[in-house]
Amino acid sequence: MEAIVCQNLVKTFPGKPPVEAVRGLDLGVGMGECFGILGPNGAGKTTTLEILEGLQDPTSGDVRVLGKNWEMDGAEIRQRIGITLQETRLSEKQTVAETLELFRSFYNRGLTLDASIAIVGLESKRDSRISTLSGGQKQRVALACALVGDPDILFLDEPSTGLDPQSRQQVWEVVRALKLRGKTILLTTHYMDEAEKLCDRLAVVDHGKVIALGTPVELIRQWGGGNLIELGTFGPEPRREEILQLPGVSGAKSVTDSRAADGTNHLVLRVDRPHETIPPLLALVEKSGAGLSSLNVRQATLEDVFLALTGRNLRDETP
Amino acid sequence: MNLDEQLEVNSSPQSPMWQLILARVRDFYREPAAIFWVYGFPLVLAVALGTAFRDRPVERIPVAVTNAAGSPGPLWAETLESLGKDPRIELRILDSSQASKELALGKTALVVEVESAGLVLKTEKNRPESALAQGVVEAVLWKTKAGSASQGSGSAPVSGKAENRIRVEETAETGGRYIDFLIPGLLGMNLMGGGLWGLGYVTVDLRVRKLLKRLIATPMSRVDFLLSLVLGRMGFLLLEIMILLGFAWLAFDVSIHGSVATLALTILAGAVCFQAIGLLVASRATSYEAVSGLMNLTMLPMYVLSGVFFSSDRFPQVVQPLIQALPLTALNASLRGVINEGSGLAEIYGNLLILFGWAAAAFVLALRLFRWR
Ligand SMILES: Nc1ncnc2c1ncn2[C@@H]1O[C@H](COP(=O)(O)OP(=O)(O)O)[C@@H](O)[C@H]1O
Ligand SMILES: [Mg+2]
Repeated sequence: MEAIVCQNLVKTFPGKPPVEAVRGLDLGVGMGECFGILGPNGAGKTTTLEILEGLQDPTSGDVRVLGKNWEMDGAEIRQRIGITLQETRLSEKQTVAETLELFRSFYNRGLTLDASIAIVGLESKRDSRISTLSGGQKQRVALACALVGDPDILFLDEPSTGLDPQSRQQVWEVVRALKLRGKTILLTTHYMDEAEKLCDRLAVVDHGKVIALGTPVELIRQWGGGNLIELGTFGPEPRREEILQLPGVSGAKSVTDSRAADGTNHLVLRVDRPHETIPPLLALVEKSGAGLSSLNVRQATLEDVFLALTGRNLRDETP
Repeated sequence: MNLDEQLEVNSSPQSPMWQLILARVRDFYREPAAIFWVYGFPLVLAVALGTAFRDRPVERIPVAVTNAAGSPGPLWAETLESLGKDPRIELRILDSSQASKELALGKTALVVEVESAGLVLKTEKNRPESALAQGVVEAVLWKTKAGSASQGSGSAPVSGKAENRIRVEETAETGGRYIDFLIPGLLGMNLMGGGLWGLGYVTVDLRVRKLLKRLIATPMSRVDFLLSLVLGRMGFLLLEIMILLGFAWLAFDVSIHGSVATLALTILAGAVCFQAIGLLVASRATSYEAVSGLMNLTMLPMYVLSGVFFSSDRFPQVVQPLIQALPLTALNASLRGVINEGSGLAEIYGNLLILFGWAAAAFVLALRLFRWR
């Protein structure tokens, strides 16, 4: 049985004009899988997640969680899922333990308080008020609230957004620990590093639709190209047709090019074997009379996948 | 990390309702400002207004003299003279309706009504200073009589069978002082504010913080949630009432003339009514601004119209039916009835019905409109 399935999910918010937040989205998440929904702000990630969590009703489409649907078996599903919302402000005056005890009381069975506190590594903050915690610690309390009912599925909406690098690492540790315990996890993110590091499989979502699906490695191989050469030049622009014919340039097209404000040209090439491409590339630049301002070789990332798929960056707002 | 240790699972949860109530209580008592506004502020108001309108201190006893004998005769002059001489007495001459009004309001401790053939001392039996004034006035008049007798002045008005000519009339203008009027008003105001804040503001706060949505995603029962707000509120309320009434009793000698059970029922009706209205106010609001606006819109007219600080009778007759139908008017009237006049259910049931009517309508509407997520 798949843990989560949704088919042709549509959510349109009424208004003038209506907002089509989700437009026919299909997902299937297997048991024990850590699945990521990757997309820029406004792509419809939160809306999708909240529909799956039973917090919003879809305009149309079919949703199954643990083989059950929300209309019939809502109460049962709620006992078996744990969630973090994109934004929740827990009550500042309560302590960590008190907050968890409240959440624990809603579930028929679940973890002991100490166990849930230990998983998120907040033993030393057990009796501290929420108001005294850092952003990262608050997020870990939110995670503990999600898992105190010992759920089968965890829904995490942007679990590390807005946190400092160290706190993000700590949140990732928790998610990894949960993966090890065999939990099914569905998370959303607009960070490619988070998606790459945590997720077994990813759906890249834009404008309320899945535009690519696969493991991070597959996606990068398929859409990002293996390696990228970023070339910056000034002066006359090198001829792109000639560059594309150089040895080792794959995919037959550049990912992007643009003319920066300072007058330099930036060109990103997808290449299989950078060491074969670079010498003739440099010769070509020299021949065209341009000057070299920068040359950079790196591995493709999910950011490049998104760029290749949409022509936009992940961190850009959905237009 | 030791996973085995963390797999510790148990299945004996705490009562969710109790946990929700505990959370409410902690939220409240850990917020010193809230404690002041809920518990301290009404006392400050009571002290400020109660002392501002309080009877003068007893060094000079306010006594009013009225003439009920048609034209002022010798008895009138004699009474004025003897009482006016006494330094303990602050004597004023008033017409009789004004005098009884001042007695009711506690502005005067005693009214001496001069009739053609004797004096009537009108006292307020519930008020210690009234008894004190009676003693002082009687002593003064007795001394005059004794002095007159020794001088052999037969025309002394209060000489001779003075005791037959002085009659004492106890009025039952119970709870007639301003502070007696004020305390039930403050109680009503507190019930209204408490209900609207305790359910209205608190709910919207949870909604704005997305905590309501988070709770709804758990198996928490919505009935538990609403009941926890109500029960938490009732707990705070009990404390508020005891503090306010206890204080009023100790500091101002305000006592409850009706039965405590009737008072409890009245308070319960008021609490339930304003909690339901609080829930209605909170049913759709998604911002602090919206809920504050709605709460003010609800409360301000009632502060003014419903007789918290002054009687609502002062408003024109045409708007009276409207004012009487307001829940706070009904609550204040019932509270004043029970506390000041000793009214029973027979006298106040109409107002209680108004309160329960508002409660039922607001609750039904609130549940229909309520935005849980
Ligand atoms: N309650 C709502 N009413 C109207 N529009 C909404 C509502 N919630 C979300 N949207 C819109 O739907 C789109 C998708 O939003 P969301 O699911 O929050 O995206 P993401 O989580 O990917 O950033 C956005 O354009 C957003 O403005
Ligand atoms: Mg979102």
